[in-house]
Amino acid sequence: MNAIKPKAMRDVFIETLISKMEEDKTIFFLSADFGSPALDKLRELYPDRFINVGIAEQNLINVATGLALEGFKVYAYAIAPFITMRCYEQIRVNLSVLSQIRPMCVNIIGVGAGFSYDMSGPTHHCLEDLSIMGTLPNITVFSPSDYSSAEHYVNETLKIGIRYLRFDAKPLFNIEAQEEIDFAQGFRVVKAGEVGVIISTGYMTHKALEYANKLQLVGKNVGVIDLFLPSTFNYESLEKALRGYDVLISLEEGIGNAGGLDSKILHFINTIKLSKFYTPLAMHGKYSFEIGSRDSLHEHFDMGLQNIIRALKGHDD
Amino acid sequence: MNKSKFLENKANEIRKETLLIHKRAIETRVASSLSPIEVFVALYYGGVLKYDPKIPLWENRDRFVISKGHGSISMYPILADLGFFDKSELENVCKPGSFLGGIPDPIIPGYETINGSLGHGLGVASGMAVALRAKGSDASVFVLVGDGELNEGSNWEAIMFAAHHRLDNLIVIVDDNKASMLDFTKNILDTSPLSKRFEAFGFECFSVEGHDVGAVQKSLLSLKEMKTAKPKVLFAQTIKGKGVPFLETHPLSHILSLKPDEIDEIVRGIDERN
Repeated sequence: MNAIKPKAMRDVFIETLISKMEEDKTIFFLSADFGSPALDKLRELYPDRFINVGIAEQNLINVATGLALEGFKVYAYAIAPFITMRCYEQIRVNLSVLSQIRPMCVNIIGVGAGFSYDMSGPTHHCLEDLSIMGTLPNITVFSPSDYSSAEHYVNETLKIGIRYLRFDAKPLFNIEAQEEIDFAQGFRVVKAGEVGVIISTGYMTHKALEYANKLQLVGKNVGVIDLFLPSTFNYESLEKALRGYDVLISLEEGIGNAGGLDSKILHFINTIKLSKFYTPLAMHGKYSFEIGSRDSLHEHFDMGLQNIIRALKGHDD
Repeated sequence: MNKSKFLENKANEIRKETLLIHKRAIETRVASSLSPIEVFVALYYGGVLKYDPKIPLWENRDRFVISKGHGSISMYPILADLGFFDKSELENVCKPGSFLGGIPDPIIPGYETINGSLGHGLGVASGMAVALRAKGSDASVFVLVGDGELNEGSNWEAIMFAAHHRLDNLIVIVDDNKASMLDFTKNILDTSPLSKRFEAFGFECFSVEGHDVGAVQKSLLSLKEMKTAKPKVLFAQTIKGKGVPFLETHPLSHILSLKPDEIDEIVRGIDERN
């Protein structure tokens, strides 16, 4: 799909879901008093299958469970740090544990992955969700980098299962990748390279591509891989995609060494027994109270272009 | 035998069976399982709940969500007696390989949801009530919570939700046994008067002597039929450890176990009275 103009993942996802709701009467949408332009349309068209539960994430998940146990396909929607952390035990008990014996369809949609809400401070930065949601059995984590990926995932969300969809809050351009989205693989090659490859997820795939394009100008051909199913990607396929690279860098808006993307990559490397020079770039273990752009937050946490160059040089040295 | 006497006998039988399970499986929470026995008996033997033991998830059943799950070991002999599973399974509670654990899980036929952690059932039941209304079902949703459990804030999110959405197919039963784990509830967080709090939140409130099984049955049947455009709550005034004098007055009854000879004596007493 050509990149025409930036769009918010949530709007494209919800627009696509609306197109399913006419035919599929079992789709039910719950929000914890959080909206979007597309959601305005959904609740106007389907008021009987939309409930704003109020600012009450624990009850959001519990009500979602009750509906899903009765056969509805449920979407529970709120700001990412709140829908994952305020109601974590509700998710664990009623979705992760219970769904193992009572299969049901619940999609937890969190908007505001990483530093999406860059100006809103640490309460709104969502830096732990990849690790805490990824650690729960029976839950698939979907971390798209663009609205086209989010749109394609709608059909997946209509199947039985529990999913956590972490959407960026900002409108973003579609990424023009070398490979199409394939949910059986869980990743796509965005750009092939030679001297190294950056594995990233969500918004950081845009940054990885931006860095790779800049490095291309100085003669360094760096590859980019977009890992949109960071807990359930196909190990064998990724191993094939990484052949030929000696340097591997992961890039995430999350806390490093805490179960996030870097931990997933390390488990992969260890399982496949890959021999690579690996540098994880993630936040070190502090929150940020700095008021600044997303880029400045990346620089602050040593996740910028210079750190990519250093990781590549580290190998050269 | 009239219905009330039948229900009383059944409650005695279940109390006896619950104590014998505790004798075999000391890990079970006996005191909190003794207080809701008359509620369970009224629901299952008093013509309140629609159910089919052969099809536990029968679409037209009334839903019964037990939120204070650890305090429902007394459901095991009821479900076995009704044929949800074989009675011989009662010998295996908490034994390796059994599906009957110290805290019941929904792998047990007849259990709707998971319940080992408190404060979840009322919200899940509210979601079920919304779903049943959306499906046009006339089934009701009953949910049992403990008074101590109502300390969990998630309950009050659900209570606001149920009242706002006028879930008149939802009936909350509070096992109001006045005791939590480490003390009587009034000494931990005094939530009295609970009925006024529920009323202020938009519920229709009712109270019943929770060990008068005939009265409990009558209340539940009446609430099930009542259409008020409001959710309803029944406070079953119960005693934690009911039937065991030593537990009935002890603030730590929740975590106390009974010795085999104590159980034998209490069971003999139940037999002699009947």
